Amino acid sequence: MKLTLHVWRQKSRDDKGRLEIIEANNVSTHMSFLEMLDVVNEDLIAKGIDPIHFDHDCREGICGMCSMVINGVAHGHQKGTTVCQLHMRYFNDGDHIFIEPWRAKAFPILKDLVVDRSALDRIMRAGGFISVRTGGAPDGNAIPIPKDDAEKSMDAAACIGCGACVAACPNASAMLFVAAKVSQFAYLPQGRVEREKRVSAMVAQMDAEGFGSCTNHYECEAVCPKEIPASMIAKMNREYCRALKKETCGESAKSWAGA
Amino acid sequence: MKLESKVPSGPLADKWDKHIFDLKLINPANKRKYSVIVVGSGLAGASAAASLAELGYNVSCFCYQDSPRRAHSIAAQGGINAAKNYQNDGDSVYRLFYDTIKGGDFRSREANVYRLAQVSAAIIDQCVAQGVPFGREYGGLLANRSFGGAQVSRTFYARGQTGQQLLLGAYSALSRQIGLGTVKMYNRSEMLDLVVVDGHAKGIVVRDMISGKISSYAADAVILATGGYANVFYLSTNAKGCNVTAIYRAHKKGALFANPCYTQIHPTCIPVTGDYQSKLTLMSESLRNDGRIWVPKTKGDKRNPNSIPENERDYYLERKYPAYGNLAPRDISSRSAKEACDAGYGVGETGKGVYLDFTDAFNRVGKAVIAERYGNLFEMYERITGEDPYSVPMRIYPAPHYTMGGLWVDYNLMSNVPGLHVLGEANFSDHGANRLGASALMQGLADGYFVIPYTIGDYLANHGKVKVNTDHAEFRKAEAEAVDRTKKMLSIKGKRSVDSIHKELGHVMWEYCGMGRNEAGLKTALKRIPEIRDEFWKNVTVLGSGEEINHSLEKAGRLADFLEFAELMCTDALNRNESCGGHFREEYQTPEGEAQRNDQDYCFVSCWEYKGPGAAPELHKEPLTFESIHLAQRSYK
Ligand code: FES
Repeated sequence: MKLTLHVWRQKSRDDKGRLEIIEANNVSTHMSFLEMLDVVNEDLIAKGIDPIHFDHDCREGICGMCSMVINGVAHGHQKGTTVCQLHMRYFNDGDHIFIEPWRAKAFPILKDLVVDRSALDRIMRAGGFISVRTGGAPDGNAIPIPKDDAEKSMDAAACIGCGACVAACPNASAMLFVAAKVSQFAYLPQGRVEREKRVSAMVAQMDAEGFGSCTNHYECEAVCPKEIPASMIAKMNREYCRALKKETCGESAKSWAGA
Repeated sequence: MKLESKVPSGPLADKWDKHIFDLKLINPANKRKYSVIVVGSGLAGASAAASLAELGYNVSCFCYQDSPRRAHSIAAQGGINAAKNYQNDGDSVYRLFYDTIKGGDFRSREANVYRLAQVSAAIIDQCVAQGVPFGREYGGLLANRSFGGAQVSRTFYARGQTGQQLLLGAYSALSRQIGLGTVKMYNRSEMLDLVVVDGHAKGIVVRDMISGKISSYAADAVILATGGYANVFYLSTNAKGCNVTAIYRAHKKGALFANPCYTQIHPTCIPVTGDYQSKLTLMSESLRNDGRIWVPKTKGDKRNPNSIPENERDYYLERKYPAYGNLAPRDISSRSAKEACDAGYGVGETGKGVYLDFTDAFNRVGKAVIAERYGNLFEMYERITGEDPYSVPMRIYPAPHYTMGGLWVDYNLMSNVPGLHVLGEANFSDHGANRLGASALMQGLADGYFVIPYTIGDYLANHGKVKVNTDHAEFRKAEAEAVDRTKKMLSIKGKRSVDSIHKELGHVMWEYCGMGRNEAGLKTALKRIPEIRDEFWKNVTVLGSGEEINHSLEKAGRLADFLEFAELMCTDALNRNESCGGHFREEYQTPEGEAQRNDQDYCFVSCWEYKGPGAAPELHKEPLTFESIHLAQRSYK
């Protein structure tokens, strides 16, 4: 196949950035999308042109590092698939493909398609954990957990933290990401001890990072490579209301997280 | 050089308890006076960083990814072993210990493995408390599955994403400590060198992968938890960024490299399709619980697998190893697949594949149950190959996956360079010549949660009071060298891309130091590797500058170290005139084609000392003594 790529090129954080046209020849349908870019990069290097920079690592859809918007869709149009697992058999000879970075105020672009997602780490630091220290944990079977709860918790825990939900949302909201972590713990008895504090602290940090709010576009659910449902956001909102009632939001939440 | 393994005396089962009591303690108020650097944020690194910070130490943690949550432990699928005996099927600490020693083909250190089995149960408890959503039974108790090399069900799992869930557990503990200010986290930071002052590891040189700035950090002890080196083969199941640099640089600073030739080729990976291939994808070994492996009985049979009748199929693992069948250990399963394909029975376009067939399991328990067990793996297979494994058998082929070799460590997980500790896949200690499935996660977390928090205290209590800072001449020197190396790579401006040279190296390593090795092949590799290394230093091209995000430069630095390390790996493989576990020397096999160990001459750990550029490394031997196990020819028949 021959493809015409329109790729976002940006030298650094301060550069303005622009779409550049790059031809991709000799594309095999067996290639993954990133392998196609590897081949393009080899071409560019041979011509003395700086290769296209993009984040990636595991290339098996689990580390959450790969991140690009393809033809306007985060991770491309294949449902439940990260871009590293997207294969060229879904494209046609002669296609024009637009490749852009995640775009959100909270994710500054560092170079080409590489963005800074450390805001997500900071949300996790605010409350994405159960406060247990190493050692002294009770036997793993001490608290029976209904299978259904464990499964629901796992559905939420499947989040790979890639940030596609943010990139897809017109408000650049991180609600699905936060909701997944809040829900994972809210479904488990171990997580309920700190449930109010957790949701308050994480939401406060999310707001502080400049992510937008959810206005029910469901774009996040549509692009999530792990198909985490937007109903998790409803669950998080319930958790948040609970916390409001107990007045653990705002300042007191922060002091817990930093304590 | 005298290698002191520091294995405590006394009966095997009491060693660890006794040792903990004998280790020096640092009182809680004094711990904050000590600083520790942790490189790597996978299971071993994240659990160590979090646990040490909880104890009160000042921790700095470095990872090359954009977040510590992305370390490659995340990709482990199948599960984690623990001697809980929840299934009432006869498991025990001793059995897990025994299986691991036997699985490692009697080439691991007995006391370390016993300790690993001992702490395994506490890992599960810890992870459950952190909110890891392990699979459960309807009664609410934890579920188990079986794994290769064991006849009991002791593997805990979170669907096919066990590594991810355990890592997110460790990451959450780490995040909590970062939030509390006890861990300083450095993302997108790559270690370029180790700094040794007066014989003790005192810090590291790091490149900030965004600004390109090279700087150094000092501490009272250094922990490397930087994973394995399977990417020396270029194609492996490792993440693209996984590399040998941290441990190889430490090796050049004096740390002994142990058993570099012990590499694991995983039997169930998706076959290669073309030379643009950038990595190989593993399908969890847990699939072998329900899938049956076979090839057609006729060579070059190109029929649709579903139309090949039962009596024209060779279920070769079941035939050759009736007791373990499809659950034979990894090294044996991989080699059998290679044999079948080399003999012309392979399937798929390239002939490099065997079938993994679930038809019987579908008939026995139904597709829904299988989908619940492995649904995400089936989907992944379909995404990559475009074939539906519910209707056509999967095609699989072995691929480099894990490396048992690593830096030599004593019982305290400290290398021969005082202060330098090595955890997880980066050390050599627990898996001998072959690792059993679901044991990597166990070891990473055992090292990080339950071993290093005790043992590092002893080192710090004895030696932590000597403080150095980064103004020291050794730091200045190491930093200047790292800067020079970077400049040199940028200045070559040759014709070859980094990847093209890496592929060439990978090809040589796979061909001559892969699943089967022989003297002639290894000698060829030892001739080819320096040529490729020369080519790299003369003809590589790295565009851009050092003062920006520069992926080619990052890759070039890693490849430069692989190009030296590869030689050490082949040297070790050539030196070990026996077959054991993942190291199969074709000259040494039983009449049935099984690995033929030589306990008389090779029951030792090969520990290689760096002797300077161009000089042959020197071999030191740590003899392996087995007090409670009788060395036996491994049999899974
Ligand atoms: S590279 Fe890891 S999820 Fe895509």
